[in-house]
Amino acid sequence: MRYHSPSTFEDAARIAAAAQGVTRFLAGGTDVLVQLRSGHVLPDDLIDLKKIPGTYDIAQTEDGGWRIGIAVPGAALGAHAGLCKDWPGVVEGMELVGSTQVQGRATLAGNLCNGSPAADSVPGLVAAGATVEITGPEGTRSLPVAEVPVGPGKTALTAGEVISAIVLPPRGDKAGDAYLRFIPRTEMDIAVVGAAVSLRLDGDTIAEARVALGAVAPTVLLVAEAAEAIVGTTLDDSAMDALAAAASAACNPIDDKRGTAAFRIEVAGVMAKRAARIAYDRAKGASA
Amino acid sequence: MSFSLTLTLNGAQRDIVLDDPRVTLLDLLRDRIGLPGTKKGCDRGQCGACTVLLNGKRVNACLALAVTLDGAEITTIEGLADGDTLHPVQDAFIEADGFQCGYCTPGQIMSAVGLIAEGRAGDDPERIREGMSGNICRCAAYHGITKAVQEATRRMDAATKGDAA
Ligand SMILES: Cc1cc2nc3c(=O)[nH]c(=O)nc-3n(C[C@H](O)[C@H](O)[C@H](O)COP(=O)(O)OP(=O)(O)OC[C@H]3O[C@@H](n4cnc5c(N)ncnc54)[C@H](O)[C@@H]3O)c2cc1C
Ligand code: FES
Ligand code: FES
Repeated sequence: MRYHSPSTFEDAARIAAAAQGVTRFLAGGTDVLVQLRSGHVLPDDLIDLKKIPGTYDIAQTEDGGWRIGIAVPGAALGAHAGLCKDWPGVVEGMELVGSTQVQGRATLAGNLCNGSPAADSVPGLVAAGATVEITGPEGTRSLPVAEVPVGPGKTALTAGEVISAIVLPPRGDKAGDAYLRFIPRTEMDIAVVGAAVSLRLDGDTIAEARVALGAVAPTVLLVAEAAEAIVGTTLDDSAMDALAAAASAACNPIDDKRGTAAFRIEVAGVMAKRAARIAYDRAKGASA
Repeated sequence: MSFSLTLTLNGAQRDIVLDDPRVTLLDLLRDRIGLPGTKKGCDRGQCGACTVLLNGKRVNACLALAVTLDGAEITTIEGLADGDTLHPVQDAFIEADGFQCGYCTPGQIMSAVGLIAEGRAGDDPERIREGMSGNICRCAAYHGITKAVQEATRRMDAATKGDAA
């Protein structure tokens, strides 16, 4: 294994583009090391991104959004007051990843690029409308987080491309988000179902919404029908039922030891409703 | 190809040369530096037996490649006591029977030191259990572990207040 620690994303992209064998970027390493130690993935080239200046920064953008460095660990997101105020759902998704020890290392970009359908931070990012900034051999481009995963363990990044930042849009007024997952234990487990909702209110009425589901399909789903079910409502019982039905209808899950397909479909509706309620209350709180 | 790095390990500077970039911090400590206090349970981030403090924050030593840690400050269980005087968390684990076989204990203690420094749990047993959930105890000494962390938190709080007064 060759270890590289470039000092710019352009160099990281160049090294990755020139690499012939198995190549991995190293952020927190909480997936890469597990795969390496278990012999699942033995990289020929390992490109450590943590020596690149700025990768530990969280900065507000000119338009009021946030730019998060790719080495920022979950624990640092949770300790950032501004980010927790604007995007509590995104932060709580990342804070569910592993133990405090894992939290000290694990990153959003690593969670996203590892490509697990059950990745806990991804539904929140998708619901938030987050984008990633990608640096590649041909320069930089931007892509919605929703379009990064293309299948289990597979992303839309091409050879030599590396995520150089995660960008959250401006939160604006009267808005809130939330992420919930179902697991059989209370800690340290993989989501059986995850649901994230981000919405904005006009008075008591939902003016905009995005609903994302995790662990119920090969990739995290952005479910437009579920969002439509609550837009224009005050999240009354019939809107809640329509939301649950739309969320369940979008699922295409597997049966495994964590849950049957039928169970996941049912629980997706329940989780979507509960996440919507929390997001709604947060939006009201924020407008008070 | 070899890699050289410098660590501050339990307060002392160490220059290290590695012949292989795949060496984890855990293997470096146990097999190459001769500090076997940090334990290997699962070697994949799940059990917490290998918990150490990296720049003051708790991490799993099995999930960090040594080669990435040039310039880092690391504290292991061997670095807690001051000569024969145990760290308050060590004392509390002994008094509260926070272990049976003791295999998970160095990791539990390092995790507890980290948790107390984070100041997130106070002496609330529920929050202590949550904060310690990355440390598994096969002997299920959880009752004593929680009591030990509670007691250590109180004593360390009292000591800081005493110092300030
Ligand atoms: C004990 C334990 C518990 C866990 N619990 C959970 C959990 O509850 N929920 C959950 O979702 N996950 C969980 N995980 C998985 C893991 O911690 C997360 O997926 C984490 O967010 C990965 O981030 P990382 O920075 O460690 O990634 P790394 O391991 O550094 O990288 C992961 C992948 O992403 C790629 N990558 C990293 N950064 C970039 C980048 N900037 N551009 C392009 N590609 C990149 C790497 O090449 C690699 O393929 C757990 C892991 C452990 C060990
Ligand atoms: S040995 Fe590192 S967490 Fe189990
Ligand atoms: S005391 Fe035996 S594993 Fe914890």
